[in-house]
Amino acid sequence: MALLQVDHMTHFFSGLRAVHDFNLAIEPGEIRGLIGPNGAGKTTIFNLITGIYTPTEGKISLNGESLIGLYPHKIASRGIGRTFQDLRLWRHMTVLEHVKMARYSQLTYGLWGAFFDTALRRKEEVESEHRAMELLSLLGVDHLADQLVVNLPYGAQRRVEMARALAIEPKILFLDEPTVGMTPEELVQIMAIIRNIHQKFDLAIFMIEHRLKFVMELCEQIQCLVFGEVIADGNPDDIQNNPQVIEAYLGKDAVEA
Amino acid sequence: MAQTKTTSSPLPRGVKNAVGRLFASVPLLGFLFGFLACVLMEMAVGDQLANLLGLSKMPVLFGIVTIFKAIAGLINTLFKGAAFDPGTLVHIPMALIYFSIVYLAPITIVTRLTSRLANSLADALQQTSLLFSALVHLGLLYAILHFWGGMNDYRLIVLKLTLIAILVTLSLNIINGYMGEFSCSHPGFMAIGAYMSSMFTVGLFVDDKVLGAAKLSFSLAYLSFPLALVFGGLMAAIGALIIAIPSFKTRGDYLAIISLAFLFIIKSLFENVQALGGARGISGQPNWATLPVIFAVVVIGFWAINNFVNSTMGKALNAVRDEESAAEAMTINTRKTKMAAFMFAAFWAGMAGGLLAHVMRYINPSMFGIQKLAEVLAMVYFGGLNSVVGSIVGAVSISLLSEALRPLEILKWIVIPLLLILVMIYRPTGLIAFREFNIRRILQPRRPESKEV
Ligand SMILES: Nc1ncnc2c1ncn2[C@@H]1O[C@H](COP(=O)(O)OP(=O)(O)OP(=O)(O)O)[C@@H](O)[C@H]1O
Ligand SMILES: [Mg+2]
Repeated sequence: MALLQVDHMTHFFSGLRAVHDFNLAIEPGEIRGLIGPNGAGKTTIFNLITGIYTPTEGKISLNGESLIGLYPHKIASRGIGRTFQDLRLWRHMTVLEHVKMARYSQLTYGLWGAFFDTALRRKEEVESEHRAMELLSLLGVDHLADQLVVNLPYGAQRRVEMARALAIEPKILFLDEPTVGMTPEELVQIMAIIRNIHQKFDLAIFMIEHRLKFVMELCEQIQCLVFGEVIADGNPDDIQNNPQVIEAYLGKDAVEA
Repeated sequence: MAQTKTTSSPLPRGVKNAVGRLFASVPLLGFLFGFLACVLMEMAVGDQLANLLGLSKMPVLFGIVTIFKAIAGLINTLFKGAAFDPGTLVHIPMALIYFSIVYLAPITIVTRLTSRLANSLADALQQTSLLFSALVHLGLLYAILHFWGGMNDYRLIVLKLTLIAILVTLSLNIINGYMGEFSCSHPGFMAIGAYMSSMFTVGLFVDDKVLGAAKLSFSLAYLSFPLALVFGGLMAAIGALIIAIPSFKTRGDYLAIISLAFLFIIKSLFENVQALGGARGISGQPNWATLPVIFAVVVIGFWAINNFVNSTMGKALNAVRDEESAAEAMTINTRKTKMAAFMFAAFWAGMAGGLLAHVMRYINPSMFGIQKLAEVLAMVYFGGLNSVVGSIVGAVSISLLSEALRPLEILKWIVIPLLLILVMIYRPTGLIAFREFNIRRILQPRRPESKEV
């Protein structure tokens, strides 16, 4: 069985069919893409797998264990990390605090340690800080560790969000449009970073992306979603030459491709 | 501790800079020396000086009560036509002179003169453990409060109530500040703490009309007081569970409504249970809430709360407040975090309630109503959300202010809300919001050349 397996997943938002009969199998270390026009249901698929919504029908399992009905935090600590399309950072926290926070479920000192500042707590907080700094330098934002995230430029905020998602030590990382609003140079850098973390952690990656060039270059397999249904599934070449994809998707954004 | 934070005082910039320069190289230890000098000075010459200045007795709260009494006399003449003695107006400059001689002058002179000594002592203390250094500072602070409060009974009770208010404000800030929810149930938790600890102390050790004859009596009974307080705190935390379970089940603003309902229910519960004295309450609590006991409980409470909000566990509250979905996605058990924080806050409110019961030595349900709620909310929002320093500032300033405004009677409840509105307009999150308390930084020596404030 695959690392992440989704079978016949369907979801309705009170009458609106947002996702229909979606199937997915991601193997460890695989990079997979999900493309599709606006409103196709891509983010909804992320939210269904990560437990924000429970699918109306279908099965989801990670390493063979079902994820249906679990709280999002449980699913996250099982090994699914994610970023958000609309950057959900914590406005009163520094960059370092963000990454430390995501190591929440790895801390064992508990409430007792939190109240009484035990030796175990100090040890774990120090370790956690080391790990967080490592991730920040991997993402190239370690020099911003003490800054409040709200003061950072957009590209840096995206990197912080990725560092934070990596801090939960995921087996698979979900990236929801990681390149939105980035300049061409930032694009090149973020591509290198994604390749780097993929190799370093032997991480599976599932990404939603609008820039086709970007997905085509990074992903081994790509699915194209239109109105909640997968109309094409294959390697970048197949997708690029699929007439339905060209019609539904490239037709509009041909300039970018 | 707020004195070191001259940057946050709402004074005009020029004054702020001048004062800042004057005290820039004074460590906390130096200020403690300064205050100790003031207190010793007042003990030595306070009475004579007050006599000399034509004040009937030495001003209790730095002269502010004396000043406001004179102003209140004037206002009451204008509004109610009450008789007014213009002679009392002279008290205003006299109180100011008294304040300058007894407080302002010694603190300026002593802190300046001892700043070198204080810095080298702070340096030496820094070489020892943080715990030892903190204990030395706390010891000095206690000595100051002890002597200052010892000069006058009214002063002592204001001091005790202010310390209790600090604990309540700190604990409410966990919910309304750090967690960003709006809870109205804090007086209810205080009531539970007050009643339950009184049941313990009065019920076991005192002959009482309501709770019956003493069941135990031994000379060291007061040693059980911490147990009584903790019992009250735990009961309050269990009460908090009743609110927390329905409120944090789903997202949304249920907490405000449910906690308000809880406050009313608790109050009418205590009003109607005759076994607990009904509306008349319980009295005759043993006089165990002495200044050292209160000081120790508040210091421990401060320490635990500050530990909590600075741990990743506690900061998870901020994550939940600022972006709950992201918190969940980063493995944070948001529900557990909220419930734990809520119960922790209730525990300390219960402890504070227990202390209050044994300071007043009577309790009744009307002490824990809407007015109490308004008071603690004012302290939290005035002092500053998400800040332990802010909570101390809020609790101390609102406590002093409400004592000072007491002579204004009903007008007091116009002045305090007005002030709050002003703060809300100019500093929507309170005077000292979102500031961490770093004990190491606060205790460290201050050299003029190290220009970090
Ligand atoms: N919570 C919700 N309740 C009701 N409808 C929703 C909800 N979330 C999304 N939808 C609807 O579901 C459809 C799919 O939305 P989704 O956000 O998944 O699209 P998307 O493919 O991520 O689009 P984009 O490229 O714009 O991000 C849209 O029509 C949207 O309006
Ligand atoms: Mg989307």
